[in-house]
Amino acid sequence: MADESPKIRIRDLHKSFGENHVLRGLDLDVAVSESVVVIGGSGTGKSVLLKCILGLMEPDQGSIEIDGTEVVAMPRAEREQLMHKFGMLFQGGALFDSLKVWENVAFGLIQAEGMERDQAREIAFAKLAQVGLGEDVAALLPAELSGGMQKRVSLARAIATEPEIIFFDEPTTGLDPIMADVINDLIVKCVRELGATTLSITHDMASTRKISDRVAMLYEGRIIWAGETDGIDTSGNDHVDQFIHGRADGPIKMAVRRS
Amino acid sequence: MNPLAAIGRAFLAFLAATGRIGLFTVSAVSHCVRPPIYPRLIGRQLIEIGYYSLPVVGLTTLFSGMVLALQSYTGFARFSAEGAVATVVVLSMTRELGPVLAGLMVAGRIGASMAAEIGTMRVTEQIDALTTLSTNPFKYLVVPRILAGLISLPILVLVGDIVGVFGGYLVGVNKLGFNAGNYLSNTWEFLEAIDVISGLVKAAVFGFLISLMGCYHGYNSGGGAQGVGLATTNAVVSASILILVSNYAITEMFFAR
Repeated sequence: MADESPKIRIRDLHKSFGENHVLRGLDLDVAVSESVVVIGGSGTGKSVLLKCILGLMEPDQGSIEIDGTEVVAMPRAEREQLMHKFGMLFQGGALFDSLKVWENVAFGLIQAEGMERDQAREIAFAKLAQVGLGEDVAALLPAELSGGMQKRVSLARAIATEPEIIFFDEPTTGLDPIMADVINDLIVKCVRELGATTLSITHDMASTRKISDRVAMLYEGRIIWAGETDGIDTSGNDHVDQFIHGRADGPIKMAVRRS
Repeated sequence: MNPLAAIGRAFLAFLAATGRIGLFTVSAVSHCVRPPIYPRLIGRQLIEIGYYSLPVVGLTTLFSGMVLALQSYTGFARFSAEGAVATVVVLSMTRELGPVLAGLMVAGRIGASMAAEIGTMRVTEQIDALTTLSTNPFKYLVVPRILAGLISLPILVLVGDIVGVFGGYLVGVNKLGFNAGNYLSNTWEFLEAIDVISGLVKAAVFGFLISLMGCYHGYNSGGGAQGVGLATTNAVVSASILILVSNYAITEMFFAR
């Protein structure tokens, strides 16, 4: 890891829902311009981790620093300013179905940055081109697109404001292997061009190997292993080995309830 | 199972729900008076709530006015008071039937649609997406709907009042044999400004309540399609009940001696 202070620094993060202790003292650092993927089974709290960082959920305890600034319990106005640094690709795309494709991509530029619609539309077209979509798609509604195209539009929206940090929530879920690889390539290309820091969560190992510099394994509310992506096959950790090879037998007992 | 515990649990759940709605209301109202406000979205909601509800409100009030004329005529004939039909129609429409019927019809049409739309946005993470795009979901989704409800319901009720009185006129003149001039003069003679104003105040309150309940239940929807369905039902039922309760309170405020 670089000497400079991390872009994202998480310490002793706890989050419970009633009796269900999802995060139990999670620590994680993401360096500037680094791409970290958090892997882990369904229901282990990967989405909760992202939501806590994004301020969509309030952690029960612990610290989250972005660029050295504590963001837990940050006042709403400051949080809205902080959001300018973030881009997010949601698992289901989360495109606004009442808006056209280009309006979705330009949303952050118009609403958050107060850009004129004409100028924002030009940028939206450029971002759509960056993810391989033509201007003919721009005037369609999200419901008229395939799953893969929706993911591309969602990626274009995530990078439209050129954020410093981009979060990817299961970026390849629901896609066929070829389209998943296309999305992975686009993520790598777009992130490199922006020089952004990324934090992704997934259980797709092909995606993990392609888009990450470092991998962290989340299990029972803590990061139980973290290391370079190239070293994941020789981690020496039984939990990681079971997960990356997708074996039912092993130390990991899958949760049956959603966190 | 202890029945007292069950009653206690239900009561606590009721108090918690009331508290949540209270906090949501305070937050919604405070956002209504703080920038940024989105005029484009308010305009879109005014068309959705006001313009597209005109047919249903017009038809409802037209037939209600017609029925009111018929019923009051047959009732008053027993006391040889048929001449009061026009007055009864106009007072009933402006004070009660106009706002309540329009409110209930709009609650069914708009409250359900708001809850379903916002609820779907909740379960498909579109509301979270708004937050990540530095846009306050309250300002973007809730405020335009509440302001549009507050503005459009009084206009709808004013139209409904006129259409309802016209329905009574049609039946009075064409079926019951009233002289058109006499019917109109009877309509105006006893009508006071407070009759219309009280109806419009009710309409504004109903518009606020319909939008508030639609937004609240949609915003707090969960559990996929079933959750959205439940939110829709709850939005319509709670708005309808609140309309009837607040109708009594406002009537008491204006007309209690």
